[in-house]
Order: sequence, then C-alpha cells, then structure tokens
Amino acid sequence: MDWIALRLSLELAAITVVVLLPLAFALARLLAYRPFPGSGFVEAAVALPLVLPPTVVGFYLLTLLGAQSVSGRALAAVFGEPLAFSFTGLVVASLIVNVPFAVQPIKNALAAIPPNVRDAARVSGMGTWRSIRRVELPLAWPGLLTAFVLTFAHTLGEFGVVLMVGGAIPGETRTISIAIYDRVQAFDERAAGAMALFLLVVSVVALGIAHSAGRRAPRRG
Amino acid sequence: MAEPVARGLAVRLRQAGPIPLDVELAAAPGAITALFGPSGAGKSTVLRSIAGLYTPAETFVRCNGEVWADTAAGRVLPPHRRSVGLVFQDYALFPHLDVRGQLLAAMSHVPRRARERRVAELLALVHLEEYAERLPAALSGGQQQRVAIARALARDPAVLLLDEPFASVDRALRDALQHELAVLHRALGVPVVLVTHDFEDVARLAAEVVVLEAGRVTAKGSVAELTAAGSLPFGLAGKREPAVALDAEVAAQHPERQLTTVAAGALALLVPAIAAPLGARVRLTISSREVILATERPRGLSLHNIVAARVAEIRDAAQPELRVVRLAVEGTPLLALVTADAVRNLGLAPGREVLALIKAVAVEAFA
Repeated sequence: MDWIALRLSLELAAITVVVLLPLAFALARLLAYRPFPGSGFVEAAVALPLVLPPTVVGFYLLTLLGAQSVSGRALAAVFGEPLAFSFTGLVVASLIVNVPFAVQPIKNALAAIPPNVRDAARVSGMGTWRSIRRVELPLAWPGLLTAFVLTFAHTLGEFGVVLMVGGAIPGETRTISIAIYDRVQAFDERAAGAMALFLLVVSVVALGIAHSAGRRAPRRG
Repeated sequence: MAEPVARGLAVRLRQAGPIPLDVELAAAPGAITALFGPSGAGKSTVLRSIAGLYTPAETFVRCNGEVWADTAAGRVLPPHRRSVGLVFQDYALFPHLDVRGQLLAAMSHVPRRARERRVAELLALVHLEEYAERLPAALSGGQQQRVAIARALARDPAVLLLDEPFASVDRALRDALQHELAVLHRALGVPVVLVTHDFEDVARLAAEVVVLEAGRVTAKGSVAELTAAGSLPFGLAGKREPAVALDAEVAAQHPERQLTTVAAGALALLVPAIAAPLGARVRLTISSREVILATERPRGLSLHNIVAARVAEIRDAAQPELRVVRLAVEGTPLLALVTADAVRNLGLAPGREVLALIKAVAVEAFA
C-alpha cells in the first residue's frame, strides 16, 4: 500500500468536497429555482464532464493551466506556482470533473421540494438564508449526502484527468489510482491488489450510502 | 367601495398577461371578504400578490396604512417583510418539522423566551394541544388544516389569507372548520380574505364578496345584497339554484320544542335549536330550491315556516323550465325556484301576495 498516495488522494477528495459542495449548492439552487436565459446551456455544460473522455478533459485543462497559455500564466501568478503538474492544479481539475456529481443530486433534491412549501417559508417570515437553513437544507440533505459521497469517491478513483494534468509526482500528484497503475506496471501485484481492494470497498460503501440517502424520506432535520 | 379603507387592506392589481388581471378590492378588519369565482379566474393569483409571492405588472397593496407594494413607485416588499398569514390550499406544511416546529418557524418576530408560550396558546386555539410532537404525515387532513391556520396566525399577521381552505376536507369536517373560522375571525380583528369557488363558503362566512371571473371583478358588495339581487354566479360548484344569505339574530329560544327563532328583519323563522344567547348574530342561507309558493294557506304540514311575502320580480333560471321568483318579506329578500308552469298556474306576477313555505334554513352562528 502506497500510504503517501492514499493520503494525497484523501486530501484531494476532502478539499474537493469542501470547496465544491457550497458552490454546487449555489449553482443547483439557481438552476432549480431561478431558471435564467441560457440556463439550459449551463445545465448541459454541467453534464459535459460525464460524457467527455477524461483524456479530452485533461488535455484542455492542461492547455488552460499550462505555462504556455495566457490563462495558465494568469493562474500561476494568482497561485504563485504553475498549476500544471502541481497539487493545486489537481484540485482545480478535480473540482471541474466533479461538477456533475455534485450539482445534479443537489439540484434534483431541491427541485423535489414542493414550491408551496418554499412559499410557505417565505410567508412565514423567512428570508433566503433562513429558508435555506431551516427548510431547504433539511429537506434536500439526501441530495447533499449523495453529492458528497459521489464526489468523494469519484475523486479517489479519477485516473485519466489526474494523469494528464498531474503526472505522477510522488507526494504531489501521485494519487492512489495512479499508484495502482504504477504498481501494475512494476509487476507489484500485491500492492496493486491491496489498493484496488481499498478503492473497491470505498466505492461500494459510497454507492450504498448514496442509494439509501436517495430512498430515505425526509425526516426531522 | 373604490376608496380603500385606511385600516384594513387595499389592493389594486392590473396586467395584460401572462395572467390577465384587473382587480381592485378592499377588506375591512374583523370581517371576512370572499374572493369568489370559478377555477382559473385568478383568485389564487390575487392572494399570492397580496402575500408578495407574485407581483403583477401594476401592483398596489396597502395594509393598515403601510404600503407593501407600489410598482408605480418602484417599491415592492418581499413576502417575508409583509405581515401576512397565508393558509395554502394544500396546507404546504414543512414535512420535516413537527407541529411545534411549524409554529416556531413562523415566529422569528417573537422574542425567543416568549415563543413556547405562544405555541401553547396557538395549539389550544386550534385544539391540537396533544399533537405538538407530530409530523404532518401523522396528522389527518383536518388536523393539517388547523396546523396551517395556526402557523399563519403564529406570524401575528396584519391580514389573514385563506386559499380554498375547505376544498379538500370532507363534509362533516368542513362544517366544523367553517364554524371555527366564523368564530375565530371576529376575535382576530384583522382583515380575512377567503378564496373560494364554493358559494356555501361565501353564504356561511363572508360579509363582503368580490366576484372574480377571468381575472376581472364582475361584482362586489355585501353578501346579503348581492345574493338577494341574484348577482352571484351560482352555476359554480354544481350549485344551479340561487340562494339568499341573510344576517339575522337569535330572537327567541323554545327549549321545550327544541327550536330557536331567528329573525332577519321582518322575516322570523323557526330553526332547530342553536346554542346561542338571545341577540347573537347568525348567518342564514336559504336556497331558492327550499322555498315553495302557495296562494292559499295550506293545512296539516310538517314544516314550521310559512311567511307572507310579495312577489318582486320573476326571472329566468339556469334551466329553461324553471323561474326564479324574487320575494320581499317586508324589506327582507327571499328567492324561490319554481317551474314556469307553476308561475302560470298560480298567476304569479310582480306585486302579487303569496305565502312562502320555507323547507330548510342553513344557520351559521358566529358567536
């Protein structure tokens, strides 16, 4: 087991979840409750990482983040280091490829709240923030849990994009799924098997949680 | 009527689309104003506009002197800044909160330490003391409706809005809830706007009625006046016969006969005993179908109420073979639905003296 790679993967997944979920909630709420001109286009764009081959996503990210491009140089100036082949770059890539996994479940959960219930919150004297805290979050939590679990698990397992954007620098960009590939290349079947089993268990547990959250009726929050 | 009252609610809504509206109404404190009309007339839209959930192109809403919305002046308060209690047609309770939680959710304006006491008061008011810990899913339809009313009142609203509150409860419960509302609204002392497509709600509860058809006000005034004039569209909710709604008071009690005399002007009627003190205000509804006309006093009948009346007008009814006869019992109006054939046989004509045999009277006691 490559503990450094595992730790890196967990860090990446944790940061991704913490940064992505609030943004995803804001976007999901906008798409669910306040469709705007062009929101159909945004919805399609949200789903894009699902259908694009990871290498294609990785290629464009590399182009955008790389030192050769204007955006890459601008980002490097902001973050103080070039983003391609760095952990920060990996975080940016991870945020982007996880958008559909975070936005879709939250949006579906928010859209499932009856409009009258949200109206009732407003006429009960709740402004937007109180309505989110006391009505929307308690009712949409299965969607948030699903988003959390899917994003976390997907980040641990992402391979193609990570390889394209991050390479396989130990302690910097070599995540556990990359480490599995490396071990297989090195004929280290035991280490590869241990890590593969670990990811398998994580994925099964994640799907179990996501599935039961999806079926769970809203209860007292 | 057009000049809005300073205390109470004044509303003016106008737009060409997407929902055409041309509505002006005023609602006085302590009285129920019915917004009456067929489905799709825009009644709920008017209610939502008062609450701030919807803003028509031209909107003016003022409550107790405070302007809630004035699109001409570019001022529109969001719903949570308006002191309004709204009871939704489907109740719209928060599915994740128990009954206490529902009420607390509407109490952000109440100091924290006063909230529990207010919850207890409200639960007592709607007879749900035992149900504070229940989730909505564990309540019956009638209980849910009472929670919805309590939640609306928890806001200490300056105006109470009810959207078809009796549409989805059964007959017996409907009677009980109507009675509770009849008693409650007087105690509240705020304008109550009741949206309904059911004439019975109007006749039993409302003091004023605004008739809305296709987004436009087609009639408004006191319920007693409009019903007597036959200006309400009765073809709604399967009711094809006109009725009069009369404000009356308890004039005498006859405990030995288990009867009560109620009087609306010169019209004194015996009705099954109602538990209300002398002088208590009641609302009578007499359907034109329950009134039989005779030119001579019949004998040996089981009914109690035979009154002398004068024919004021004979009009066509919704059905071609029927006529609506408008009667006056001195000043008090009464309507009778008879066949055109009977009009000919009895020689009914304006000015003719007849006897009206009243089979049934619906009585709503407000006290």
